[in-house]
Amino acid sequence: MKHVKAFGAFACDFVIGDDWRVALLVVAGLIVTALLAHAGGIPAWWVLPVVAFAALGWSVHRATASRGNRR
Amino acid sequence: MNALPLILTVFVACAVEAVEALTIVLASGLTREWRSTFQGTGAALVALAVITAAIGPAISFLPLTALRLVVGALLAIFGLQWLRKAVLRATGFKSLHDEASAYLREVTAAKEAAVTSRRGVGDWYAFTLSFKGVLLEGLEVVFIVITFGDNQGNIGAAVIGAAAAVVVVAAAGVAVKAPLTRVPENWMKFAVGVMLTSFGTFWGAEGAGVAWPGDDAALLVLVPVVALVAAAYIVWLRRRQAVVSAASARSGASEVVSS
Repeated sequence: MKHVKAFGAFACDFVIGDDWRVALLVVAGLIVTALLAHAGGIPAWWVLPVVAFAALGWSVHRATASRGNRR
Repeated sequence: MNALPLILTVFVACAVEAVEALTIVLASGLTREWRSTFQGTGAALVALAVITAAIGPAISFLPLTALRLVVGALLAIFGLQWLRKAVLRATGFKSLHDEASAYLREVTAAKEAAVTSRRGVGDWYAFTLSFKGVLLEGLEVVFIVITFGDNQGNIGAAVIGAAAAVVVVAAAGVAVKAPLTRVPENWMKFAVGVMLTSFGTFWGAEGAGVAWPGDDAALLVLVPVVALVAAAYIVWLRRRQAVVSAASARSGASEVVSS
């Protein structure tokens, strides 16, 4: 059980990395893309890039906003 | 897609991982013992071969749409994490990954550890150090080779890119017998982050049911756009840092004047 937990933690860290919100936003972006593409037939190719850019910007903003000075 | 961009993308991505693995192997071999270090490296390579043999065929059984959705999501998440680190390092908010200091840390720890023999291995510390280093970095190489190769239906080209990267980095390591400190690792990671994010976004959206304008040619636009947006974040953070520094300098000066 201990090894399974350790492997799970490793796999999570390996894929998701430092900011889990980025992963969550990418998954949300894919769901919205699929809904638009399948339900409405609306061109949805732009959704995921926009979500990816927003996720990156938000993540670096969050990481740096609390720190006025460089390390 | 032409095989050359695939080979080059996998080559650069795997070269970054190989440099990190080489740093650990050199620290172990030069400060502890080469025999146990090579045993650890060999055991890690065998473990990687077993993992690849297990995962590779399983992935190829998945339908292409599902594969692109899952792999695209994973690559986009992975790529954005690389880009995040590269942007933070380029702006000084995160310390640069310095192979020289990483090497010194490993060397110091390796010198302090006691020598113990176990399971036919002369120096267990050297064995586990090289095993862990090669296995962890190797897993990233396997992940990149399988996802890129399978999605493009050209595992062979991805393997060529990865193998070339490992051979070039290992040869360079043998030649200089020191960590490869002159490799511009942060900019390589930036480039790899751009490629992983672009391909991940492209495949993920395709898997979700999107038809890209221009099909594969959309990547020729997507890759530079991702690079430009990430570069714009670097400029934005640097400017914000400069404004904060100027403001704190002004407030410091006014405090001196008022006192």
